[in-house]
Amino acid sequence: MVGGIALLAIIVAGIVLSRSNIPILQPAGPVAQKERNLMITAFSLSMIVVIPVYLLLVWFSLKYRHTNKSARYDPAFSHSRWLEGVWWAVPLAIISVLAVITWRSSHELDPFKPLVSNQPPLNIQVVSMRWKWLFIYPTENVATINYVNFPVNRPVNFEITSDAPMNSFWIPQLGGQIYSMTGMSTNLNLMASKLGTYRGLSANISGDGFAGMHFSVVASTQQNYQKWLAYVRDSSNKLDKPAYDKLSRPSSNNPPAYYALADSGLYSEIVSKYAEPVFKAEN
Amino acid sequence: MSLLGRLNWDAVQHGWVIAGGQVTLVAVMLAVVGLLTYKKRWGWLWREWLTTVDPKRIGVMYIVFAMLMLLRGLADAAMMRAQQAVSVGPHHGFLDPNHYQQIFTAHGTIMIFFVAMGLMFGLINLVVPMQIGSRDVAFPFLNATSFWLYAMGGMLLNLSLVLGGFAATGWLAYPPLSELAYSPGPGVDYWIWGLQIAGVGSLMSGINFLVTIIKMRAPGMKLMKMPMFCWSVLGAMSLVVFAFPILTATLTMLALDRTLGMHFFTALNGGNPMMYVNLIWAWGHPEVYILVLPAFGVYSEIVPTFSRKPLFGYTSMVWAIWGIVLLSFLVWLHHFFTMGAGADVNAFFGVMTMAIAVPTGVKIFNWLFTMYRGRVRFTTPMLWFIGFVTTFTMGGVAGVIMAIPAADFELHNSLFLVAHFHTMIIGGVVFGYFAGLTYWFPKFFGFRLNERLGKYAFYCWFVGFLLAFIPLYILGMMGATRRLDHYDASLGWQWLFIVAAVGVALVLVGVGFQVLQLYYSIKNRHANLDKTGDPWLGRTLEWSTASPPPFYNFAHIPLASERDAYWEMKKHKGQVTPKYESITLPRNTIMPLTISLMAFMFGFGMIWHMYWLPILGFFGIVGSIIWRSTSDEHEYKLPAAKVRQIEEELEARYA
Repeated sequence: MVGGIALLAIIVAGIVLSRSNIPILQPAGPVAQKERNLMITAFSLSMIVVIPVYLLLVWFSLKYRHTNKSARYDPAFSHSRWLEGVWWAVPLAIISVLAVITWRSSHELDPFKPLVSNQPPLNIQVVSMRWKWLFIYPTENVATINYVNFPVNRPVNFEITSDAPMNSFWIPQLGGQIYSMTGMSTNLNLMASKLGTYRGLSANISGDGFAGMHFSVVASTQQNYQKWLAYVRDSSNKLDKPAYDKLSRPSSNNPPAYYALADSGLYSEIVSKYAEPVFKAEN
Repeated sequence: MSLLGRLNWDAVQHGWVIAGGQVTLVAVMLAVVGLLTYKKRWGWLWREWLTTVDPKRIGVMYIVFAMLMLLRGLADAAMMRAQQAVSVGPHHGFLDPNHYQQIFTAHGTIMIFFVAMGLMFGLINLVVPMQIGSRDVAFPFLNATSFWLYAMGGMLLNLSLVLGGFAATGWLAYPPLSELAYSPGPGVDYWIWGLQIAGVGSLMSGINFLVTIIKMRAPGMKLMKMPMFCWSVLGAMSLVVFAFPILTATLTMLALDRTLGMHFFTALNGGNPMMYVNLIWAWGHPEVYILVLPAFGVYSEIVPTFSRKPLFGYTSMVWAIWGIVLLSFLVWLHHFFTMGAGADVNAFFGVMTMAIAVPTGVKIFNWLFTMYRGRVRFTTPMLWFIGFVTTFTMGGVAGVIMAIPAADFELHNSLFLVAHFHTMIIGGVVFGYFAGLTYWFPKFFGFRLNERLGKYAFYCWFVGFLLAFIPLYILGMMGATRRLDHYDASLGWQWLFIVAAVGVALVLVGVGFQVLQLYYSIKNRHANLDKTGDPWLGRTLEWSTASPPPFYNFAHIPLASERDAYWEMKKHKGQVTPKYESITLPRNTIMPLTISLMAFMFGFGMIWHMYWLPILGFFGIVGSIIWRSTSDEHEYKLPAAKVRQIEEELEARYA
């Protein structure tokens, strides 16, 4: 009865899940795809140990229960070089294989490493603020809040810093995350191989407005991207230093906003503000 | 500067959720005081508990405190999942973001430092001296001080519920969020000083048990003949001794930043927040193994006892422990692969991390082969063991996946990670300590716990655990991060959060059964008395004494020339006419409690900037230590005649 209900619940859950959006298992770019494949490889290799563990647990529990007097009882059997050798060696072998995979993939998927492509990478600077994401396109002279748009199949090099407590920059369907830290600039190289709108978010607690720190990621056609750029460039909202200072005031759940960029050195100013070990009187 | 620093009436917390906590806190305290007065037990409390230096008493106090903290931590967990089940789209639940963040910070801090650590030190205090055939620990006074520091740290932390609020930074309080610029209130200071006081206690306990195991084993008990629980504790305490100074130093630097305006970890003026993240995990990762190794030790005692076989692969087990000890110091960076340390560094720490799976796997196979060709009795402790293998293995797979840096980039800080470490800590640590408590309960209280209610509790915990955390693995892969107080309805997460909340509710039912089990077992204790001192046909020395054991543990220090010393003794049973000798024991003292109260004052003063109070506390502590060190008469002699009398009474009790 209980088992029947549990089985039914699992089947229903399975059906619902198969129709759900599970971004990590449904990658939309080469980085996320490789990262997902790594998970599957590691999972499969682990099963070489895990399945025997579960089988032995069930088998030994049933067979050697004390009510089963027909099972052999051998209290002297308390060590075996051969058996112990097997379960030192097999996991060690699996881990060795995984170690090679780890070493290679760490280099291949190093977030700082530019992606191989016949198109030049698009450079987008990202600043985590309280509590919103600022995207600066230094060469295109636009900037946005909680919204980023780039052409599909073109590598994007995100340069990431923070003007607030540490956050983590993550677009699950495109690939893994990296911290945004004050006074430091990290990189994340990603690419979308499918048109679409994806969810990006902060993965590290940064204060009151943390839950609202997500943004839309739009991978568009080259045409639409150009159109969007032209539209934003014409915006009457200008982002310069005074406008930025106004923007820096803490605010939560910000809707997307678009600016024409008036200060192309803004990003490095934000980074160096924290990087300088200059002692100023705090007032 | 005002005498009360920054403390004023506005600091008193309000709001209906908090009021619930406050009322509970005050009600529990009043109930305890009332009961003590009504039963005229104040003298008893003073003599038997407040001034005791007996590790058995101290162990019980650790466990009682940890269990109370478990209730607080579970209440926090229930509020978090309730909030997440309803705070969707236009609805914002019943907690505002800051309050929600305080709750998960408190949940993590309390569960690790005051539940898991408390249960661990509690069991170690109860079991280690008995298993090595010793009458006491190496430093009984230090031991009592450790406990009271732990308890005072916990109380200081809980005081934030009434006065000033807690940190809203996550349980490890990463700067710059935890620095003054972003967290000016007293919350982070509560976190710092609560942990600092408890942490010093843990460090002292670590030293104490390390020395106890090395120096105080019964004659004949070579290291390689020691019970496996003692081996795991030896490993864990070595980790404590190396790891906890890092915590103390790190917390001190953060405190200096916050109170004296220094810049160790600030964002501005040359501070380096990432240094903090490195340091806190250089303590934090060994901490995980500090918690789990003794739990492994518990399984290594339970499985042989209930399989009627010696532990399989003893030597392998010892090597596995020390492999884990060594590796646990080489993996801390896997908590922040996403910092951008570069491929070589990430890969090194990734490989070290997955290497830990090898000795851990060896241990699991050895436990399974202890059951092989045994006679396995599925008592409650064995059920917790089965639950452990099932869940821990699953969590281990998640751990191996996340050990690959590039895969971790997609899972870091997601609910997948949350599910992973809860699988390790609940499945490994909590299940282990529950198993241990059930197993050793009759030894220290003289009667067994009710089996049926214990099994109900296990099934609720186990199924509740699966319901609570399997959805979190899935949510993590859906891109849900930890610590969200609100999310959009369009994400399709709500039903999974509701399932998780149901899981937590089921766990709470399990806790209800545990409370009921305790009540029922005490009420019917006469039906379940452990008259022999050896209710499970145990293998190690603690079972060779009466239950509960006399305060001096052993009238005669046993000879332990074989592994499973008591099992061997039972096989070659020879009746020797007892010849009693006098026993030297430490005197009771109130000093550990007073020192800890002064530490509490110190912390409270630092939190509220009443700087006269820490000065008073500091000199009080230093003065107490000098006074104690220069006075004699810390011990007394129990005459042989008295020992004989006690032993004969114990003998005659059930005759």
